[in-house]
Amino acid sequence: MQSLEKIKKSIFSLIILIFLIISFFVFKFALQKEKIYSPKISENQIFTDFEVVGLVEEKQINFSEVLTGKNFYLINIWSSWCEPCKDESEYLLELKKNTPVMMIGVNYKDNKKNALNFLKLYGNPFDQIFIDKQGTISINFGAYGVPETFLINEKNKVLKKYIGPLNDKDVYEIKNITNN
Amino acid sequence: MTRMFMKSKILLTIKILIIFILISFNLKNIGVASTFSEEQTINITKNLRCLICQGQTIHESNSDFAESMKKYIKGEIENGKTDEEIFSSLVEKYGQWIVYDPGMSKNTFLLWTLPLLLFLIGGAIIANKILKKV
Repeated sequence: MQSLEKIKKSIFSLIILIFLIISFFVFKFALQKEKIYSPKISENQIFTDFEVVGLVEEKQINFSEVLTGKNFYLINIWSSWCEPCKDESEYLLELKKNTPVMMIGVNYKDNKKNALNFLKLYGNPFDQIFIDKQGTISINFGAYGVPETFLINEKNKVLKKYIGPLNDKDVYEIKNITNN
Repeated sequence: MTRMFMKSKILLTIKILIIFILISFNLKNIGVASTFSEEQTINITKNLRCLICQGQTIHESNSDFAESMKKYIKGEIENGKTDEEIFSSLVEKYGQWIVYDPGMSKNTFLLWTLPLLLFLIGGAIIANKILKKV
């Protein structure tokens, strides 16, 4: 009778031990994971039924009209007050030169004079630029802030999303996708 | 002369009163209109996570992202969108993480069922012990 009790106790402590070991590994691997959250982009689709206003001409059009006639579009959210955007501009110019992508700029919470000066100073890689004075257009894309870049295909599907400035690796990746 | 003066004074007072009443009515109406959509905006933003400032709701945060989100939601409400529509479109754009009340899905399955399971197991252990004693 006593031995049965003993066996029961040892089984109980064994279960607790296994539970603790499993918890240890769960926490160990969970805490190592990247903590910056980024949504899964594979199934996301850009919503195009909202109106945008051009930076230069200030003409109002529906965004779905912008996304026509090309296989790939690169939407870049930028601002003249954004420091990383200055470094990013050379990558955008390179993409403009070497890929068949239509470059769309979204000027985030900026003023027109500063934005145009920025383009004069660092070059203008964009085919079209729209203003986002309130930051609400960027939310339509599912963006957090500046700089952020989306590569989308002709079906308005987001193929790649880059949070933060583009780098050599990203440019290589975009070139690979769009030139094949 | 004094009677004329008195009359014009009374007339002026009435005019001022009418203007005052009109203005106050209008102000009241503006107040009602804005508080309704504001209340709805607050209700929604209190249930949204600020993605770039962890631990805060969109309502509490003053970050650039949160401020834009508040304006966006206010615009959506003014366009006649319901709370459900706004939540689901934001989940589609930003993922489940943006809402404080994640729905049941294959990723959140454990989150919903584990507490219930632990509760049942705990209950079973306690019941077992009590029954044994009796």
